[in-house]
Amino acid sequence: MKQTRFLMGMPIAVEIIDPQAREAVFDEVFDYFTHIDEKFSTYKPTSEISAINDGILAASDASTEMQVVLAMCEETKQQTGGYFDIKTPSGKLDPSGLVKGWAIWNAAQLLKKKGFENFYIDAGGDIQPHGQNADGKKWAVGIKNPLNQSENIKVVYVTDEGVATSGTYIRGNHIYNPRGGNDPVNEIVSLTVIGPNIHDADRFATAAFAMGAAGIQFIEQLRGYEGYIIDTNGTATITTGFEKYTDADR
Amino acid sequence: MKKYLIAGVLVVAFVAYLIFANKSAAPVATGPTGSPSATGPTSLPPTSTPAGTPPAAIGTYKDGTYTGNVADAFYGNLQVTAVIQGGAIVDVQFPQYPTNGHSGSVSATALPELKQEAIAAQSANVNIISGATQDSQAFQQSLASALAQAKA
Repeated sequence: MKQTRFLMGMPIAVEIIDPQAREAVFDEVFDYFTHIDEKFSTYKPTSEISAINDGILAASDASTEMQVVLAMCEETKQQTGGYFDIKTPSGKLDPSGLVKGWAIWNAAQLLKKKGFENFYIDAGGDIQPHGQNADGKKWAVGIKNPLNQSENIKVVYVTDEGVATSGTYIRGNHIYNPRGGNDPVNEIVSLTVIGPNIHDADRFATAAFAMGAAGIQFIEQLRGYEGYIIDTNGTATITTGFEKYTDADR
Repeated sequence: MKKYLIAGVLVVAFVAYLIFANKSAAPVATGPTGSPSATGPTSLPPTSTPAGTPPAAIGTYKDGTYTGNVADAFYGNLQVTAVIQGGAIVDVQFPQYPTNGHSGSVSATALPELKQEAIAAQSANVNIISGATQDSQAFQQSLASALAQAKA
C-alpha cells in the first residue's frame, strides 16, 4: 500500500509492504510531517522557528523538540568544519537542512514501533527504507540523472540504509546558460550519500555538497558512508566502498 | 551512548582530514570563508536543460528580461530571471536562490584519488528514486512563469 502527499513543499511517499497496513497509519505519518512543517517552517509566520527568528521566543525557552534540533545542528556544524550552518546571511536560523532527514527518520521509527517491517519513506528524493521490497529483495533505489531528470544513472540496493541526494542547478547567483559557456565546468550538480540512516546521510550530504568537488573526499573519510558525486560534465566520482551497494545480490 | 561514540569517531576523522589537508595542500579553506569559485559565474553544458521545463525553441519569445515568481524550494526561496535575445533564452539568472550552509571549497589536490566514471542511463527496475527534486521543481515553476511573460 502506497500513499503520496505534497507536504513541506515536496512530495512525500510512504509505501508499506506489510499486509496489515491501513489508511490510518499513513494519516499518522503524514500528520507527523505536517506537525514538523508547522513547527520548523521558516516560511510560516506562526511556526516556532519563526517566533525565534522574530525575537518573540528565546531559543532557551523553546520546546524540547526545537532544542533537540538546534543542538543537532550545532553538533553537525562542528562535525563538518562549519560547512553545515543553519545561520542565514541575515542572521536568522534555518534548520531545514537537518529537519527533513530527521523527520523522515522519526517517521520510520513510528512505523517500526507499530510493527511494520517492510516499508520506505521518500521525502523529496531522500529515502529511509526498511526491510525488503514486495519481491522479498533489497530496495532498489535509482539515482536520478541531475542533467536529465527523466532517467536514472545508477541503482543502489539497500535494506535499512538511508539514501540522500543533495543537488541544485544553482551555485552562486548566475549559473545556468542553456547555450553552454566557456567557463571551466567542474562544479557539482548532485551528491548522493548512503549512510546508516537518512538523518545522518542527509545532514552529511548537505554539508558535503556545500564543500563542492571536495565533498566526496569528506564522505570518503566518514566510516559507514558512501557517496556518488556528479559534476556538470556528467562525470561521477565514487567513494571506495560505494560499489558494494550496486550489486543486488550482496 | 553508541551515538556519541559514532559522533566522536566522526569528529576525530574530520579533524584528522583537516590536518592532513592542511599539511599537504595549500591553499585550503577549512571554514565558511567562501571562495570566488563558489560564488562566481559558472555554467552548465547544454544537456543540462531540466526535463519538464517549457520548450525554449528559438524564436518563440519576445526579447527582454523576465523575472518569474518566487517559488518555494523548501531549503529556501528560488526565483528565476530569463534573458531573451533573438527570441531564445540566452541566460538564466537567480535573483533568489537557496543558501543552506556555506559555500566554499576545500582543495582536493592531495587527497586519495577516487574512481571516476561517465554517467550513463540505467534501465534496471527501481522501487524508489533519489534526487534533489525540490530545487528543480521550484526552478521549473519560476522559469515557467518568467517565460509566460515572454510569450510572443
